[in-house]
Parts: sequence; C-alpha cells; structure tokens
Amino acid sequence: MKIKAKGPEFVELDYTPMIDMTFQLIAFFMILINFSDAEVDDRVQLPSSAIAKPPSAPSEMPLTIQMVRDGKIIMNAQLLPNAESLRPYLKNEKSVMELKRQNPKDVNIIIRAHKDSKTGLVQQIIKVCQEIGFEKFTLRAKSEAAY
Amino acid sequence: MPLRIKKAGLPDKIPIDMTPMIDIVFQLLTFFCMTLKVASMEGDFSIKMPLAAPRAGLPDPNQLPPIKLRLRSDAAGNLVELSLNDRAFAGADRFKQLHNHIASIVGEGSLAASAEVELDCDFNLKYEYVIEAITAVSGSTTPDGQLVKLVEKIKFAPPRSE
Repeated sequence: MKIKAKGPEFVELDYTPMIDMTFQLIAFFMILINFSDAEVDDRVQLPSSAIAKPPSAPSEMPLTIQMVRDGKIIMNAQLLPNAESLRPYLKNEKSVMELKRQNPKDVNIIIRAHKDSKTGLVQQIIKVCQEIGFEKFTLRAKSEAAY
Repeated sequence: MPLRIKKAGLPDKIPIDMTPMIDIVFQLLTFFCMTLKVASMEGDFSIKMPLAAPRAGLPDPNQLPPIKLRLRSDAAGNLVELSLNDRAFAGADRFKQLHNHIASIVGEGSLAASAEVELDCDFNLKYEYVIEAITAVSGSTTPDGQLVKLVEKIKFAPPRSE
C-alpha cells in the first residue's frame, strides 16, 4: 500500500525578504558610489585640518600633483623621481592650454602631499610650477573635527 | 449550491521564475561592492603665488608687510620652534596659542582682508606642521560649524636649502 506523505508536494521558498535586502544594498551602494575623476592615490596620507572644508564647486581647471612619503611625485598616473622631472609634463599641459586658448594663470594646481613629506620638496613643486607660468595653488588636507 | 467553474488551461497560481532577476541583482551588488571607494572628505587651502617679478610703480600703501611665521625643524622633520615675528610659541598647544595671537592682531577689523602671512619653513619640516600652521592662521570653526576667517593671504618664503 502506498502511503502518501502528509506535507506539501512542492515547497515554495519565500524570496521576498532576500530581494528586499538585496535591493536595499544596491540602493545604498548606488548612493555612495563616486564617479568623480579626481586623482586620489592611496599612498598619499593627507595631513588633517579642522577648517579644511570641501569646495562648494569643483575647480574649473584643476591639475593635480601628488607627493608620496619618500618625495616621489605622481602626476597623470606617472611616478616621477623629483620636482624637476615635472617640468616636461607641465610644459606639455601649458602648451595644450595655450592651444585651447586658456590662460595657464587660471589653472588651479592641486597639491596632495603626504603628511610626513618634506616641506622643502613641496616648495620645489611650487617653484617649478611658478617657473612654467602657473600661479594658483591649492594645498589639500583631510577634513577633521574642529578645535 | 453554487457551481464553481474552473478555467480550463490556466493553473491556480502562475509561478514566476525569479532566477534571472536574482542573477542580475547579485551581479549589480557585486559591481557596486567592488567599485566602492571609501574616501574621507578633503578640503582646500588656496594660495596665490606668482613668480616674484619687479614691481612697476609705487607699492600699494594699503598693503601691510607680511607677518613672518618661522617654522624650524630638527633633522627628523619634527617642529622644534614656532615663532611669529619675534614671539615664540611652545608647548603642546602652540598652534592654539598662535591662533589666539593672530586673532588678537587681526581681530574682526579690516586687517583680515589685507594681512598676509609668510611661512618660512625648514626644508626637512614635515608637511603636516605646515598645514597645522595654515589652519591656525586661517581661522577656526565655531561649535555650530561656522567658519571664522582670520588671514586669507598666505604665501611661502623662498625655500631653504636642505
């Protein structure tokens, strides 16, 4: 004699909580995602400042130069040994701007230097940029709580 | 007794195949997880430093001479002396002292717009001290988050040799 099991023949899983959770996670990551093309290198640990606030609007003509702890410089994803080696790259940027009829004096040089790097090396970067014809500089720092 | 007529050909419950949707959703989740970059907020200090050129004509009478801030370091790059003109600041709260001193000089008057601080730093000085000094002379934030500006013009003295 065939005995029929008492339970249902087909167990239907309730996917609703899992799908709810997954969509919430997707929404969370979509809000957090950052598509900005700002050059940020993980090797650069910025110094902190209580009054450094993010700019209300992005710079019109930014040019980012980064310096890692040992003084090496990163520009356009290239690791350069010192400030002097920036010169050809900066001249190239200047030529491109002149072709586009833009004034190099309006370019905002953003300096992201490691907190333990030597100030003299940062000043060397500024000096090389000045000699090429750039005037506006921005020192970037990490925002922290006030005094 | 009411007669119940079953529609021919249609089952009671139409099962929806969730597999493709769940596949896509998990792929999206993986994409967002892998592209997430946790970055802290960053802020800027602007400095305008044209290359020094001979000035034509008379100097601007409203332009005050720069307030010279000297930052001296040891060989390891640690700050050993912080002085503004001839006044030295020492102790753990030296930057707070500097901030208070600058606030007493500049105050809330018209000097804030015209005052200029020139940072004279040793070559080996760690850059974080420079940012700390710029923070101290630039202003502070009130408990409700408002920025109180002090000196807006900041420049570097010519770099010292190593």
